[in-house]
Amino acid sequence: MGEEPIIKIQDVHKYYGRVHALRGVTLNIDRGEVVVILGPSGSGKSTLLRCINHLEVYNTGKIVVDNILLKSAQNINAVRREVGMVFQQFNLFPHLTVLENVTLAQRVVRKRQPAEAKKIAMDLLKKVGIEHKFEVYPAQLSGGQQQRVAIARALAMNPKIMLFDEPTSALDPEMIKEVLDVMLALAKEGMTMVVVSHEMGFARAAASRAIFMDEGQIIEQGPPDQLFSSPSHDRTRLFLSKVLQI
Amino acid sequence: MPEKGPIRNFGRIISGRTARVKDANQTAEDSELKLIPGNEISSKLDAWWWLVAVVALIIIGLMVFKPDPYWNIMLFVRNGLLITIVLTLVSFIFILMVGMIGGLGRIAKNPVIHFIATVYVEIFRGIPLLVQLIWWYFAAPVVIQSFGRAINFEPLAHYQSNALLLAVMGLVFCYGAYMSEIFRAGIQSIHKGQIEAARSQGMTYMQAMRYVILPQAFRVVLPPVGNEFIMLIKDTSLVSVVAVADLTRSGREFMAAHFNPIETWTMIALLYLVMTLFFTRVIDWLEKKRGYEK
Repeated sequence: MGEEPIIKIQDVHKYYGRVHALRGVTLNIDRGEVVVILGPSGSGKSTLLRCINHLEVYNTGKIVVDNILLKSAQNINAVRREVGMVFQQFNLFPHLTVLENVTLAQRVVRKRQPAEAKKIAMDLLKKVGIEHKFEVYPAQLSGGQQQRVAIARALAMNPKIMLFDEPTSALDPEMIKEVLDVMLALAKEGMTMVVVSHEMGFARAAASRAIFMDEGQIIEQGPPDQLFSSPSHDRTRLFLSKVLQI
Repeated sequence: MPEKGPIRNFGRIISGRTARVKDANQTAEDSELKLIPGNEISSKLDAWWWLVAVVALIIIGLMVFKPDPYWNIMLFVRNGLLITIVLTLVSFIFILMVGMIGGLGRIAKNPVIHFIATVYVEIFRGIPLLVQLIWWYFAAPVVIQSFGRAINFEPLAHYQSNALLLAVMGLVFCYGAYMSEIFRAGIQSIHKGQIEAARSQGMTYMQAMRYVILPQAFRVVLPPVGNEFIMLIKDTSLVSVVAVADLTRSGREFMAAHFNPIETWTMIALLYLVMTLFFTRVIDWLEKKRGYEK
């Protein structure tokens, strides 16, 4: 639509000590796009994701999120408010109930009144199908339920972008679908999503673009169907053959 | 029985719902934990109660049936007993505050704060408590007076030492160092993902600490903190050396006057024991109450 990309990543490099984790990644993501990033472990895909909301500090290059350049400390919190993140290990707050998990940042960061925060939280919990468990502590929920609460928690901040860091990797097989269904619904609503995941089914159904990363670089990208069925790069082909065997 | 509230009974609500939904995945973890052999702590707690009761009964029995000397000892040392309790409680409140500040200082990214906290912990952890108490009582007043004279400040130059205050200082600085390390370890034991989840929602470092990390760290440190408290009760006996009329000092005075070491020190020992047993039980109760995973 000729609009500015909501995420602009330009030639980003990241080092962990002597390990060169990101080797010049350049990537633009448009508003409303759903991008799935895949690649072998250690390929830098999670690092890239975590650089977008500055959980990792990149060394050189430039990341602009929603027209805010990620550099100074004040900008970090401004960006993080607009970017929701869902983690592999859910990272719910175990000392708080499901409802409190979803209302905490609303009250502390967005300064919403308790009643308003609760209403928003209950609507979101309903959306992810756990509204009846709002008084329960995370330890009493299954992994899939916890991840759905985590999605609701991130959505409660009304983010413009949602980042998913291997959201189904820690789940038992039968719980993956309930989480993917929630993500699918979110994608249909037009949320901008960056998803690090090997869920091919989700990528085919929801993603506008699939990106293959290896050794800190983007090897190739394209529509998921095209990337999965006829990858142009040897490394992509090799990786896909291993993933599809499972 | 009327339900006390939804939060208290969440375990029951869940198990009830689980039964209805019949979903194996929703089984509450707390009920499973209790099934692990050796996890039934209630019987052990009862043992504590018995021990407290028996020791208390022995003390009361001795006082009633052998008032001379036990009732006389009790009358003589009761002020000392009170001082021991007050000294422990007052010191402990300050120890918790120092430990909190010291613990946050030890994990601070600011190198100056980190350095100060580390030096504090290493110095006060490395010197025996008794030596520290003696230093505070005998050396600190002289230092303060000299300092007062040097800057020509009259109130300090004529500083009169207060034994109780200096004893509290000694206990707080020494135990504060241990407590700093306990708090540091407690904060660091919280999974990194917790602070990431908090920060990723736009919370500042201080907000994440206050609402997410510290509430969890408090639960983690409760057992070692309770342990420190029990040790503090016993270590307050060291202040008897620096002119504080605590339980131990009262016992020494009674023995000096009546020459009955066995009765006196048996009574003193039982009084310390009943205190530590009682507070152990209180700490166990707190631990149980504050557990959220059960």
